[in-house]
Amino acid sequence: MNRLTSLLGAAVASLALLAGAASAQQITGAGATFPNPVYQKWGEAAQQAIGVQLNYQSVGSGAGQTQIRNRTVDFGATDAPMRTELLAEHKLLQFPTVMGSLVAIVNVPGVADNQMKMTGEVLADIYLGKITRWNDPRIVEMNRGLNLPNLAIAPVYRADGSGTTFVWVSYLSAVSPEWKDKVGIGTSVKWPAGTGARGNEGVAGTVRNTRGAIGYVENAYAVQNKLVSTQLRNKAGNFVSPSHDAFVAAANNADWSVPNFAANLVDTHGATSWPIVSPTFILLPTDPKDAARAANVIRFFDWAYTNGNKLAEELEYIPIPKAVQDAVRAAWRAQVKGPDGRPVLQ
Amino acid sequence: MSSAALSPAPSAQARRDARSALGDRIFAGLCKGAGIFVLILLGAIIVELFIGALPAFRAFGVPFVWGANWDPVAEEFGALVPIYGTIITSILALMMAVPIAFGIAFFLTEIAPMSLRRPIGTAVELLAAVPSIIYGMWGFFVIVPLMAQHVQPLVIDTVGELPVIGWLFSGPPFGTGLFTAALILAVMVIPFIAATMRDVFLTVPPVFKESAYGVGATRWEVMWNIVIPYTRKSVVGGIMLGLGRALGETMAVTFVIGNANRIATSIFGPGNTIASLVALEFGESEMGSLKLSALLALGFILFVLSFIVLAISRFLLRPKQSH
Repeated sequence: MNRLTSLLGAAVASLALLAGAASAQQITGAGATFPNPVYQKWGEAAQQAIGVQLNYQSVGSGAGQTQIRNRTVDFGATDAPMRTELLAEHKLLQFPTVMGSLVAIVNVPGVADNQMKMTGEVLADIYLGKITRWNDPRIVEMNRGLNLPNLAIAPVYRADGSGTTFVWVSYLSAVSPEWKDKVGIGTSVKWPAGTGARGNEGVAGTVRNTRGAIGYVENAYAVQNKLVSTQLRNKAGNFVSPSHDAFVAAANNADWSVPNFAANLVDTHGATSWPIVSPTFILLPTDPKDAARAANVIRFFDWAYTNGNKLAEELEYIPIPKAVQDAVRAAWRAQVKGPDGRPVLQ
Repeated sequence: MSSAALSPAPSAQARRDARSALGDRIFAGLCKGAGIFVLILLGAIIVELFIGALPAFRAFGVPFVWGANWDPVAEEFGALVPIYGTIITSILALMMAVPIAFGIAFFLTEIAPMSLRRPIGTAVELLAAVPSIIYGMWGFFVIVPLMAQHVQPLVIDTVGELPVIGWLFSGPPFGTGLFTAALILAVMVIPFIAATMRDVFLTVPPVFKESAYGVGATRWEVMWNIVIPYTRKSVVGGIMLGLGRALGETMAVTFVIGNANRIATSIFGPGNTIASLVALEFGESEMGSLKLSALLALGFILFVLSFIVLAISRFLLRPKQSH
């Protein structure tokens, strides 16, 4: 009998616990796929730390923008910053969460990771279809130590519209006037040469399968899958390797005091900066109907700024500089107001 | 006693009748509703697609169909490249699939011993049930490396060097491309075509074939002179059924076609199909943008294409009228 009551007691207690978990503060978000791993990790950790349960759907930046415009989620997420007038029109506050970096990956016989040197101009000409062989004088000239074969270059790009492509072509446009002129910037563009593959894994797989291929993926993906990445020449004229310090240098050298935090981290100044770094953004309504939910979203990202850096770095993301985080915190207080006109964050 | 026992019976019977009549009416109504719902759904999809596509049709007019430019940055869209890719891969796939499917059907109806017909027939039908993502992954991880490292270098270095037809087989050996996509599509449509062909071959009255065998005709002669002429229309209908599937296939093709919005002259060159382009670009298209509208317009074109092909196939496959 005693055992029965204690069992019953345990059952009731666990039920109560379940109910407690279910009534945790839920917030919903949708958008960019690139920061999805770190948002999921933050979600798990924040649920235990501050009781905010995140439900994030990585549906793509475009879909994320659409969903937050329709207010079907509490926040949207996008890799490419939204245009200022659109932000104003739809009453959205945009702020960065973490940064990522892109690397060029190659499959050339005899070339190991971090051996080949590349410049943005040469990359642009490769993707324009103007440099077509690995023993082209312009590649050989900066890679004196390597024995480059007479092999056709096969450029590989992301076939699905993606923020990764947006950052990559932003870089090519920044360093090559011809690219800017002929192709331009977008989440998908009209590629003059090469073949397309779906997703990071598709690009990596195609580069691995094709002798002479070159492609671009997020650094996190290249590190985890031990792909052969290259060095890149930065704006200061130095060849740098894709490393955490080089990414942080780029972030610290960028000008963050621009509207909507839409800092351009592509081809930044600084002797040790990696040239292709980009932040990913959150879109938060400044006129939330439900002030409590908006406050929870802010609490979540406030927690992530303070406590989430280590989790982000474990996944090869780069935390945004402390000063920028403080500016974002000020923007939350000043701009996000509930239906009663008072800031949602007290 | 007996009348007392009998009298309630008819009224119970009547009540049961009335109840079942009402049940019948409700059931008939539900079935009718379900049938009409399908029609409304089909119509609604077409109308919805067309309305979504209107901005693109307004912006580019009819030349949208043969415009070769797909430039999301400049917001200029044309459907020629994906239409070209869709048709080329489907036709190449049929060229590979039809002879093999014919072989399977011929084997199953004429040559195979009875004990083998059921297992092989079932296996062919099961092939049709394999999800297309499986074919896509198999294509990407098995067929593409094989093509890139062995088949394409060999063909490009030999046939690709020939005059006149060489340009059809030239270019870098990516492994992906129109030909690989067609190969995967062929594997995917073979079960459809083979199963239809087997079924229509079985409709040939045995007396025709037996008479032919009786006058000393070979198996090939029976096939060519008796079975094929008798079933020609239905066979074409079955092929059209396969074509319908090949036109709309998305996932498997996306993995292996190379996804380039250019007209490839080499069959090893990368291309795109309507379905794969829509699938790839949809996620990053902003609501209300011209690009989204152009993608919906592509969907509309594919819908019309598939509809025509399937309508022809239904027409050719209709049961023979008895004379």
